[in-house]
This record gives sequence, C-alpha cells and structure tokens, in this order.
Amino acid sequence: MNMARNKTILYALILAFTFISPFLFPDFGTQLATLWLMIIVALTWDMTGGQMGYNSLGNIFFYGTGMYVAALIAIGMVYDVGDYTNAAGGGIYKFTDLQYFGGLALGVLGAGLFCSITAVIIGYLTFGLRGPYFAIGTLGVAIAAGELVSNWDWVGGGQGIALPVYPGDLDTGKIFFYFLFAAVGVSVFLFAKWLYGTRFGAAINAIRDDEEKADAMGIHTLRYKLYTWAMAAFFVGMAGGISAFQLIHFEPLESAYQTINLGIFMVVCVLLGGKGTLWGPVIGAILFHVFKEVTWNYLLGWQWVALGALIVVTVVYFQDGVMGWLVHKRPEWFGIKVEEKTAEQAE
Amino acid sequence: MDQILGNIGLLFEFPVVNLKIVLDGIMIGALFALAAYGLALVWGVMNVKNLAQGDFVIAGGYVSWYLVQHGFPALLGVPVAFVVMWGIGWVIYKLVISRVIERDLFTSLLATFGLAIMMAQILNLLFGSDTQSVDLDYDVLYFFDGFIDVPIAKLIGVLMASALAAGVIIFMKSSRMGQAIRATAQDARAARVMGIDTEKVYAFTFSLNSAICGAAGAIIVMVWVIQPFYGISYSIRAFVIVTAAGLGNLPGVIAAGLGIGALEQYGAHIFGIGYQQAIAVLLLLLVLLIRLIQQRRNRQVLK
Amino acid sequence: MTAIIEVKDVSKRFGGVVANQAVSLSVNTGTITGLIGPNGSGKTTLFNSIVGYHPIDSGSIKFEGEEISTFPVQKIARRGLLRTFQQTRIYGAMNGVENMLISLPHRKMNIWDALKTFTREDYERADHLLEFVGLYEKRMLKSGDLSFGQQKLLEFAMALMNEPTCLLLDEPTAGINPTLINGLIDRLKRANTEFGITLFVIEHNMRVIMNMAETIYCLAHGELLAEGTPDEIQNDQRVIDAYLGAH
Repeated sequence: MNMARNKTILYALILAFTFISPFLFPDFGTQLATLWLMIIVALTWDMTGGQMGYNSLGNIFFYGTGMYVAALIAIGMVYDVGDYTNAAGGGIYKFTDLQYFGGLALGVLGAGLFCSITAVIIGYLTFGLRGPYFAIGTLGVAIAAGELVSNWDWVGGGQGIALPVYPGDLDTGKIFFYFLFAAVGVSVFLFAKWLYGTRFGAAINAIRDDEEKADAMGIHTLRYKLYTWAMAAFFVGMAGGISAFQLIHFEPLESAYQTINLGIFMVVCVLLGGKGTLWGPVIGAILFHVFKEVTWNYLLGWQWVALGALIVVTVVYFQDGVMGWLVHKRPEWFGIKVEEKTAEQAE
Repeated sequence: MDQILGNIGLLFEFPVVNLKIVLDGIMIGALFALAAYGLALVWGVMNVKNLAQGDFVIAGGYVSWYLVQHGFPALLGVPVAFVVMWGIGWVIYKLVISRVIERDLFTSLLATFGLAIMMAQILNLLFGSDTQSVDLDYDVLYFFDGFIDVPIAKLIGVLMASALAAGVIIFMKSSRMGQAIRATAQDARAARVMGIDTEKVYAFTFSLNSAICGAAGAIIVMVWVIQPFYGISYSIRAFVIVTAAGLGNLPGVIAAGLGIGALEQYGAHIFGIGYQQAIAVLLLLLVLLIRLIQQRRNRQVLK
Repeated sequence: MTAIIEVKDVSKRFGGVVANQAVSLSVNTGTITGLIGPNGSGKTTLFNSIVGYHPIDSGSIKFEGEEISTFPVQKIARRGLLRTFQQTRIYGAMNGVENMLISLPHRKMNIWDALKTFTREDYERADHLLEFVGLYEKRMLKSGDLSFGQQKLLEFAMALMNEPTCLLLDEPTAGINPTLINGLIDRLKRANTEFGITLFVIEHNMRVIMNMAETIYCLAHGELLAEGTPDEIQNDQRVIDAYLGAH
C-alpha cells in the first residue's frame, strides 16, 4: 500500500469536492458554509487545546470580536459609526458594491489582525493560569466581553449591528460566502499541517506533555504560547468577520459572544474527532454538524438538551474521539511502533 | 459618564445609601457564600470543579417555586428543595460525576459544563424563560427615615442560610461521615487504606453539595428572582469566592461571599443594573490575576 | 579556575524546618563537582534553589557572574544551566527520537529557526547522542514504556542534546542496575571532557562520586560540613560521623 501516493489522491479528491459541493447541493449552501466555520473553529481550538494543552473555553471571544471589528471597519470607512448604529438599520445608509466588497475585505483582514493582537495581550495575562483556571479565565473573558459590548451604545448595545445585504442575488451570495469560509478553512488546515511538522510544533507538544520540563529545557514557553494563540485568533477573527457579513444582523450575546453555542461546539467537535490530531477536528466538525442538523429538525425544543447530553457523553465515554480510537486500533498507520514482548525479552 | 459620576456623588451626599447597598449586598452575599462552600467541598474532596453549581441553585429555586404555585407554604420549600436536590445530585453523581473523577481536570470541567447547559435548557423548557420569584407578603422594616428598607423576608432568608451553614459545619465536625469526608479530602488513598468507602463519601458529598445549592436556591427565589439562564453567573460567583478565599478557608469564604455581594451592589448602583453580570465576571478575572501575581513572586504558577 | 556557579550564604526554610543554613560553595568551570550528605541534609533543596524551583530566603546565587536567585526556571534554563530530575521526567507520550528532537536548544533559535522542520543534522545529532547513552535500539519506542533506568539515560541524553553549559544531576545512578553504573560513570565523564559541560552532581553512591568528582561538598543538617578532594573527604572524620551518626 503506497501510503504517500494514496494520501495525495485523497487530498486532491477532498479539494475537488470542496470546490464543487456548493454547486452539487445548492439547497445546502448555508449549511456547507457553516460546516466550514465549524472546521475553522475546531482546528484553531485544537491548536492551543489538543496540541498545546491549554484548553480554552473562551476562543469564542475572538469570533465575536472579529465580527464587531470587521463590521466597524466596513461601516466606519463610509459613515459615522455612532450615527449608523443609532439608526439601527432603519436609516438610509446605502453601500456601493465597491464599498461593500472593499469593506468586507479590509474588515475581515483587520478583524484577523486585531484579534491576533488581543490574543497576545490577553494571553500575556492569562497564560500563567493552568488547566481549569485557564479554561474558566478564558470563559470569563468571553462572557465579560459579551456583557460589556451589550452595554456599549456606540456599537449598537444590546441590539447589535445590521450590515448591508449582499449586493447581488441570494444564491450567488450563498456561494460567495461558502467560498470565503472554505478558503479560510483550507488555509487553516494547510497552516496547521505545516506547523505541526516544524520544531515549533514539537515544542508546543512538549508544553502540553510536561510544561515544567519544557521550561527546564529552555523552551520559550510563554513566547510560543502567545504565538500559537495569536495565530489561532487570526483565523477565528477572520471567520467572525465573514460571519458578520453573512448573518447581516448580529447581536452581542446571541450571535457574537455565544459562549454556550459555538463557543462550546468547537470543543465538542474536537473531542468527538480526536484531540491533538490534524484530521480529528475536521472529522469531529463534520460529525457534529450532521448530528446537529438532524436533531435540530426532529427534536424541536429538546435540541439543546440533546446537545448538552452529547457533550457529557462525549467527554465521559469518547474522550479520545474517532482519531484516538483509530490510533489505538491501527498504530502502524501513524508510524507508532509498539514493541512485541518476546519470551527472551521478558526476562 | 455623567450618570456614573452622579451615582457616585449620591454615595457621598447620602452616606446612608452606602449602608443600604452594603446591607443588600450582604444579604445576597450570604447565599453566594453558601454556594461557594458547596463548590469548595466538592472541589476539595473529589477535585471536581463543578461548573453546574449555579444551575443546581436555580433548580432548587424552581422546586420551591413550583410547590408554591401548587399551594405549598413558601418557607417549606426550602427543606423540600434540600431533599429533592439531594436526590437529583445523587443521580447525577452516579450517572456522570463518578465517571470523571479519576480523569484529568478539563474532563470534569467540561462534563459539568455540559451538565450546566442541559440543566439550564431543561429548566427553560419546563418553566419558561421569564424570571420568577415567590412573594412572601411579609412586612418591610424601615430604618433611617425610610431610606433603608429591609424586607423581613430577606432577613428570614439570611437566617435560614446561616442555620443551614451552621448545621453543615457542625455535621462535618462531629459526625462519622463528616470525618470520613475530611479524611478523603486530605488523602483519598490513605482513606481507602483505612477502610473508608470513598465511593460512598463521594456520592454523599456531591449530593450534600446539591442539596445545599437547592436550599440556597429556594431561599433566593423568596428574596430575589430566578431564571433558567442565571445559573452560570452563580457558578462564576462561587468560583470567584473559592479562588479568592482558597479551599478550606471557611471564614474566608464567608467574608468573600459577603464581599462579592456588596461589590456587585455597588457596581450596579454606580454603573447601572445592566452591568451586574459583567461585574461578576470582571471580579473573577481580577481575582485570577491577583492570584497569578502572588504565585509569580513564589516563582510558581496557578495550577 | 573560574567559578561558574557561586552560592553565597544561601538559607532556605520551609515553615519550621531549616533546609539550608548559610551554605556557600562554588562550582568551577569545566569540572565535575559532587554534593553529598546524609538524607535530609538539604542537597535537593539547594539544587532546587539554584535552578529556580523556589525562592531563597537569603543569600546570593550567581551563574556565570549573573545573579539568578530571583529568576524563574525558564530564565535560568535559557542561560544554559540545566538539571535532571530525581524522579526522571521525560515526555512519556513520545518516542525516544522525538524526545531528543524536542530537546534541541530553543534558546539558541530565533522564531524563523523554530519554524523550520527538523533537519537531517538534528536527526543525526539525536541518533548520535542516543547511541552515546546506549538507547539507539529503543529509540522508536514510546518512551513512557521504557524501564526506569532507560528513562534516566534518555533524560541524560536529552540534557546533552540541549547543549548546556552546566548540568545539575540529581542522583543520576539511583535505580540503575549496578552492572550498568560503570557505563554511566564513563559517559558522565565523557560528557564533561568531550562536550565540555560542567557537572554538579548529587550522589549517594560513594564509589561513583569519589570516582568522578574533582571537588566534593558535604552537607549535613542543612549546613556545609566539609569540602575538598575525594581523598580529603573520605578521610574527614566529620563526614564519617555524619554518615554513620556517631556523636
């Protein structure tokens, strides 16, 4: 079995599928876009979580902040932000095509950069926390942001912000956003794939396995932690920015800083698929998304309970996820050598 | 901004307002301290950081509220909530918690977070998302020319909370099970070697915690309001208190609980009621930061 | 002979227990120095103070002339002062080669170096050092599955991989099969002479330390009892008394 060649074929197939799927399934345009969003947040969560050992419950902070920053940049380039948010969508604020797309491009990029910088700042303060304290601390940051923003009138307060609609017909719009998300998604995947093979990648795994040992061996743990989180935040911020334009209207607590929705979904996706692996978050995102779409329609009213139950069951019974199970069953596929204990050796 | 300055100004113009704020804060803070005590108990004994703590509280509140809707006297709701939540806590322990005790800390945190979501949503489905409370129709005491109003209901609430706390503390000090719990908290393996059934101790402790939360919730529904999604902020407050006071520091927990209550009321007064949630969370971040700086001086980190 | 580590009047207490009392010693560059003493004499505490595990109550610790007593562990490690652990810490989930690769001196890399993949030189150096400690055949196995003695050797190899200037070894021969100890002594000496690493070693095995060290310090009850060459120490009555407990 030529693993390397099969792998390339597999990748090519997936890439091809990525390109054609919105045309194959035109009715599922939005769902496919959301699937890519899940993949993005799952992969980025795993960067600091499964790979580096810092399980953040607050990565959604970057999603929400990205949303707001992108929107503010796009609006702010053309109009006065305060006036715009005061009108709450009931005004005469029109955007030309150039303003829309230009705003979107700059907004999304700006969102990514801004979130990277904030990640460094927040990380500097919170990376001294370990384990559960880090999780709770980051959760606190996300909740605090949501609460504070909903009290801030300049950015729309509790009403949120309403962005202009996609200039063009609805279906093209869906495909447009699909490709935006897919582009970011593929970028994250390729980036992660590369990163995990470098010395840097090995170092963050060392931080996960034994940070004190890593410290004692002279690894710049704080610096590497900040870099990693900044890189993850960059992609999440961009995803948030794209979401802002896709959703058109978003609110601080429900859409942006949704700590109990997307905020926790990203963690479940990774657990389902397998922490600390490259494909785990992707597989988990796909599984989770399908599960969610199915149950949402059939369990009306009880879908949140089902979700909570899924979290509990996954955490308790499927800790290692799909990839973990695979590694256990077929270690050779992953280059892991297990020593056979022969009679002579066991003396 | 002007409004904030005006609010601060009020504190100086009418010093008695300070007293009202502090009193209000202390009365609700006592309940925070109860929830924090339970959290510290479970944390110390089983090393499980229960993010669903606040949801247990709210659930207890709903138990009491539900009974009152069906004609029960309100005060009876407290012991009933205690018992009902004890049972629910026991079931949750057996189904979920017992399987995550031996695992790493993130697992237990995430499991309880999942529980918190489930509980909040179930309560929402059962009782709707309006805020609820139980009106006790008791008198209100007035002091200082009517500036300060202390509803007798709130006083009764604080008294009940204190009685519960006292009861639990006496239990922990003098009963066999209390001793067993403390032994297990110190060293579970040694306790097992000594013949203590740690499984029973864990189940008991978790159920006790659930019951304490339930009772606290039943009291809260009398003196304040409950709503299915308020749970997370109670959980956060409990965490702040335990982090600030440290495990096993009972007077610290009480002081921190009362302190948070007062600080939150001040914050609500100065910045407006919409900021109340934000203040609870900001306090959490502040406490974590302070702890971090303290540990840095010791060349350590916050585990 | 310059002193690479200078400890002056260091005291450390834990609550009511005085672990180190006004201890002064120095480790000369390029040498192997030993630290001995009966159990509870404060050897590991002194080590921990030097590498930054806990703050000291008073005194000064200098490494290469720089005061390090207030630095955290990573800062000290990045200056080139490393330690091995008594309980042997390695990255159990990874195999031997990965453990070695992670131990590349990151302090000597800037971010662009770190973002490169491991080079052929990296792998060769890892293999070379694994061979040096005799773990070459086991290098692809999960390191958590290795025996205690093998893990100790791996930890030693990882320390060497990190190109330290000075290495603090906490009981390097503890738990090692007596027949392998000679090999270990040999490798420690070679690490010192071939790689030029200064070694500061805590040891209980007298044969080992007398064989290796040029200077030996003896602690008892938290205080410095005696210092000198192996011969001097072996014949020092106070040291003999301390170990045998004669009063």
